[in-house]
Amino acid sequence: MRWIYITIGVAITGVLGFLGIREVVSDPVYFLELLLGGLTRGSIYALIALGYTMVYGIIQLINFAHGEIYMIGAMTALIVASVLGLWGWNAGVIAILAVVFAVVYSCAYGFTVEKIAYKPLRNAPRLSALISAIGMSLFLQNYVMLAQTPEFMPFRSLIPDFAFWEPYAHIMSSVELTIIVTTVIVMVLLGILIKFTRIGKAMRATAQDKVMAALLGINVNQVISTTFVVGSATAAIGGVLIACHVGQINFFIGFLAGLKAFIAAVLGGIGSIPGAVLGSLVLGISESFFTGYFWSEYEDVFAFSILVIILIFRPSGILGKHEAQKV
Amino acid sequence: MEPILNVKNLTMTFGGLKALDNVNIAIEKGQIAALIGPNGAGKTTFFNCITGIYEPSKGQVTITPPGKSSQTLKGLKPNQVTERGLARTFQNIRLFQGMTVLENVMIGRHCRMNAGIFGAMIRPKSQKSEEKKATYASYEILEKIGLEKYVNEMAVNLPYGAQRRLEIARALATDPFLLLLDEPAAGMNPQETKELDDLIIWLRDNEDLSILLIEHDMKLVMSLSDRIHVVDYGKKIAEGTPKEVKSNPEVIKAYLGDDSDDA
Amino acid sequence: MVTIKKIKQAFFIALWFMVLTFPIMVIKVNTITDTVVFRWSYLFWNGIGTFFASLTWNYFLHLKENKQKTETSDDIPMVHQLLQNDRFRIPFLIALAVFFLIYPFVFPMYHTSIMISALVYVMLGLGLNIVVGLAGLLDLGYVAFYCVGAYAYALLNLHFGVSFWLALPISAVLGFMFGTLLGYPVLRLRGDYLAIVTLGFGEIIRIIMENWDDFSNGPRGISNIPPPNFFGIDLGQHGSVIYIYFIVIALVLMTIFFVGRLENSRLGRAWIALRDDEVACQAMGIDKVKTKLTAFALGATWASIGGVVFAAKTSYINPMSFTIWESITILCVVVIGGMGSAIGVIAGALVLILLPEYLRAVAEYRMLVFGALQVIVMVFKPDGLIKSVRKTYKFKKVEE
Ligand SMILES: Nc1ncnc2c1ncn2[C@@H]1O[C@H](COP(=O)(O)OP(=O)(O)O)[C@@H](O)[C@H]1O
Ligand SMILES: [Mg+2]
Repeated sequence: MRWIYITIGVAITGVLGFLGIREVVSDPVYFLELLLGGLTRGSIYALIALGYTMVYGIIQLINFAHGEIYMIGAMTALIVASVLGLWGWNAGVIAILAVVFAVVYSCAYGFTVEKIAYKPLRNAPRLSALISAIGMSLFLQNYVMLAQTPEFMPFRSLIPDFAFWEPYAHIMSSVELTIIVTTVIVMVLLGILIKFTRIGKAMRATAQDKVMAALLGINVNQVISTTFVVGSATAAIGGVLIACHVGQINFFIGFLAGLKAFIAAVLGGIGSIPGAVLGSLVLGISESFFTGYFWSEYEDVFAFSILVIILIFRPSGILGKHEAQKV
Repeated sequence: MEPILNVKNLTMTFGGLKALDNVNIAIEKGQIAALIGPNGAGKTTFFNCITGIYEPSKGQVTITPPGKSSQTLKGLKPNQVTERGLARTFQNIRLFQGMTVLENVMIGRHCRMNAGIFGAMIRPKSQKSEEKKATYASYEILEKIGLEKYVNEMAVNLPYGAQRRLEIARALATDPFLLLLDEPAAGMNPQETKELDDLIIWLRDNEDLSILLIEHDMKLVMSLSDRIHVVDYGKKIAEGTPKEVKSNPEVIKAYLGDDSDDA
Repeated sequence: MVTIKKIKQAFFIALWFMVLTFPIMVIKVNTITDTVVFRWSYLFWNGIGTFFASLTWNYFLHLKENKQKTETSDDIPMVHQLLQNDRFRIPFLIALAVFFLIYPFVFPMYHTSIMISALVYVMLGLGLNIVVGLAGLLDLGYVAFYCVGAYAYALLNLHFGVSFWLALPISAVLGFMFGTLLGYPVLRLRGDYLAIVTLGFGEIIRIIMENWDDFSNGPRGISNIPPPNFFGIDLGQHGSVIYIYFIVIALVLMTIFFVGRLENSRLGRAWIALRDDEVACQAMGIDKVKTKLTAFALGATWASIGGVVFAAKTSYINPMSFTIWESITILCVVVIGGMGSAIGVIAGALVLILLPEYLRAVAEYRMLVFGALQVIVMVFKPDGLIKSVRKTYKFKKVEE
């Protein structure tokens, strides 16, 4: 059985490798475009996936409303930018304020959602919390739709075309560059937060063992709130960036993006932060190649297929710890 | 005669930790054997390895059910091991909390029954009689164990000692030839322990069972066991009759060492 | 009791929400015409609304917490108590039977049609209840099998003229096969991994239906699916709706009957045990994969049958009927109704399907209300509207 799998695996890798090399040789620029496009996509997934993975690591809940937090981030940025734009403010100030408001509001929403829909369900069956999350997601989507509009709204990019990047802009736009650079910065900051700060240590302790953490005097409720806030902040940054990239948003963008990011988090091993990043990059880049070289209409099928295949071989994801349950 | 359970060079590593290190243990038919050792010595891991819950890193486990030929347990899933006649209890009680006492025992009968999807939906005669037989068999087991008065109670609502006995009843329902008991007396009062002592001997004598038990209560172990195996830090350090083990310097050291850790 | 402290708290919460909803509710932008409208009145109403909402919310939350302290775990919901009482049960069942018998004749066709939808959901809910409620497998892609059933009937009819009655058993078998096929590789995954993979399967099947034009006619879907035939007699439009109504009633009764029997069998016990404790279950000789697979495949069977009925009822299907929201709705039916309890699932389906249908009056707001209701029900009744009370096996000694 094992040999069959290995043979199939080698065969597929071989064929893909061959095709890949042929494509690279015949059209290297297209290949590079796809690679960088995939990197961009993966960065956005990573910014959203972090929130899923951190929340899951601490309270073992699939935070279904996380995609909506990301959407609210983008929406807030759009609203703030439009208002300030009408008032004739300077573009640089608008960009900064829009991002700041997006982050602050997403954090506030993330915090509030947790208090309303999840905190009362800490000790309830896990499915109940999941349904509550689904309800929250539905509510937030419709709330934004009713308060604003069901239509797509054009989103003027907040990121200018950098002059110094001009020579390379045909391969990768300034926006894409910004996305990748921002993601790297956010990841580094997050890494520092988790590794070295007090609250980061408290988060890790709580993820390991909630009861023990509480006994050691860690305020578990505060840690959970912080986790939601941090996850929401990164999602909001992702939301603003993607809105700049795509150029339009509506109330429903959170759903698919959230789903993909969740797939990425599971792919990497849910609960693991490096896993979320790795899973996002794997998903983003392979999706980009798949849609670029094969069928773009089967993009989502491809995403799910990768997930299924990886989980069959590594049931806990790429970086997830595969530990025997202690009996 | 072949030992009914023969474990050779069993090794189990968790990351860098060798929880079991080349352990050899053989159990003869009709024996009450005990596996003892300080906390964390690897006793429960030994059970998990032979019952298929963990996949051992190395070693062979062979069984010879009475009247049948030898076979290896390598690569079998826990349910397949149970089907072949090894049944176990758990150190930290793992009853089905949402079920009644009777239903818990009936779960044990599961692998000796046949009804499938259509049996369940159509309920032909054969299925009904099978179900009835299983019910009575389960009740009889409860009578033997002395739990019949709780038959329709929820398992969660039982007193602690009774829950431990129910674990034994549930294991018995799978028709084993070898019963593996993981700290069956833990948390019991002296009266309950005494009853357990009688029960285990009664099971061996009347049910044609062999028993391997892990236990910390030395009085119980010494009075019950035909043979004692001692492990420490995953290594087997001694084996013999209760008398031999009691005077073995290695064993004394292991236990005293353990005590001095506590102090 | 409303104290000053609580009012103060509610006041601050209202303030918080006013700030929170400010950009999205008060400012309305139109990025096409570049206009901004400020709707200050919303701010005011929102403040008042959240003030009272938070008072009520906290009051009930407090009530629930106090109740939890005194409540014993084996409290039996009133519905079950009433149903166990013969004096109540028999008249109740008769009244119920009469109601459902005369329903299509008393109410206009529109209402019958809605009731059919609700009853299909009862079936789907009971089927999913096997998977989620009994076996504890979180399946977010249940709609895949619903889709299989619907397309099986539509395509078999289109190409081979297969009738409704023949399509029913065929698609049941097909559903079972698909369930086994999809379940086998993934059932060893842990809970949430399973959820996301099943969700994936649901989406994959839908996307394939949407893009594989030659096979499924793509997004245009398949129309003119015939309603079930009644010994070749033409019943007319109204007549065939009533006919389908009674077919669905029969199927629901059959489902209740069979699911009840499954639950009280060797298999059902194994499912519940598996849900309680996988390790102990395996150690007691239960084949984990096989047992889970039967639950999964049986659930799929019912979904598939439901799909056939759906196709026959609407006479037109397209992939948009089988999105993930459909799976989520069915899951909500099960969880909000009360997992593991048939009465709960029935209540859940009726509430969840009928309510939004009749909320169409406020059509715009219905999904908003629906989402809010899900949260509210779960927060205040985490075990669902009607908590499950399993009929446990009672031993009675009978002399033979
Ligand atoms: N699933 C596991 N993963 C990692 N370590 C384990 C696991 N199961 C047991 N161990 C380790 O193996 C050692 C032996 O444990 P155990 O067999 O439970 O001891 P005991 O003799 O008290 O029953 C312990 O150090 C324990 O921490
Ligand atoms: Mg132990």
